[in-house]
Amino acid sequence: MAISKLEFESNILAMLGALHGVARRLTRNESDAEDLVAESVMRAWQARVSLADPRAFRAWLFRILNNTFISEQRKASVRPREEPLVEEFTDAEEPFSIYERMHQPFLLWFSTPEQEFLNKLLREDLDRALASLPEHYRIVAVLADVEGLKYCEIAEALDLPVGTVRSRLARARGALQRSLFAVARDRGVKTSGTCAP
Amino acid sequence: MSTIDPIKCEEALKFLLQFIDRELPDGQHASMEQHLHICRSCFSRMEFELRLKSKFSALSSKDVSTQLRNRISAMIEKF
Repeated sequence: MAISKLEFESNILAMLGALHGVARRLTRNESDAEDLVAESVMRAWQARVSLADPRAFRAWLFRILNNTFISEQRKASVRPREEPLVEEFTDAEEPFSIYERMHQPFLLWFSTPEQEFLNKLLREDLDRALASLPEHYRIVAVLADVEGLKYCEIAEALDLPVGTVRSRLARARGALQRSLFAVARDRGVKTSGTCAP
Repeated sequence: MSTIDPIKCEEALKFLLQFIDRELPDGQHASMEQHLHICRSCFSRMEFELRLKSKFSALSSKDVSTQLRNRISAMIEKF
C-alpha cells in the first residue's frame, strides 16, 4: 500500500533540513538547491508506490534527490557528468591521515598539534573541503559524515554496492584530510610533514 | 561463553573508521573495543577521528527557511 499523504508530508518535513543540506552541497547554489528539493519532493510523491518499505523512506528520498540532480544537470547540459566507469585511483586519492602527519607521542595530550588543529578548525574549512571533492565522492561523504546515513542506506540512495560506498568514503575522507591539512599548515599549526603522499 | 578475538594495532587501524561508523560485525566490533581499552596509541587515534567526524556531523542543519518550508507544504497540499 502506498504511503498516505499525511505520512508523506510528516516524513518530508522531518527531513527537510537534511534534504536541503544535501541539495545545497550538490548544487553549491542556494536557489538551485531549493528548486532541487521541490522537484525531488514532487517526483517522490509521483513515485510513492515504489517505496516498498516505509522504514527506508530516508534512503529512498535521497535516491530521488540524487537522481533528480543528475537528470537536471543533463537537461541543463552544463557539462556532461563525469562518472568514472572504474574506480580511478590517483595520487590525490591515496590514503592520507592528518593524525599520522601531526601526532607526536612524546607530547602531553592537552597540547598536541592534532588537538590544536581540531580546535582551530572552522565550519567554513569543512564546507570548503567538502566542496572541493569530486561529485561522486562528495555525495558519499555528505551522506555518511554530515547526514549520518549507514553504508547500506547510502548504497540504496546512490544505487551502488556497499563495497563501493566503503571505498569511495575512504578515498573521500583521505582527500578531505589532505585539504584540511593544507589549511592547518596555512594557519600555522605545527605539522611534521607535507601534503605529498 | 563467547570469546573475543584479540587484534593487533595494524588491524585496528585498518578498521578504525568502520568501527567509528558502527559498521563492523558484532564480533569485530567487540575485538576493536577490547583493543582500544588496552592500546593508548590506537585509542588516541580513534578519539581524533571521532572528533573530526563530529565536526562534519555538526554541519548538518535541521533548520530550513520558512520560505522553503512554506513552499514544500503548499506543494504537498495540492497533491
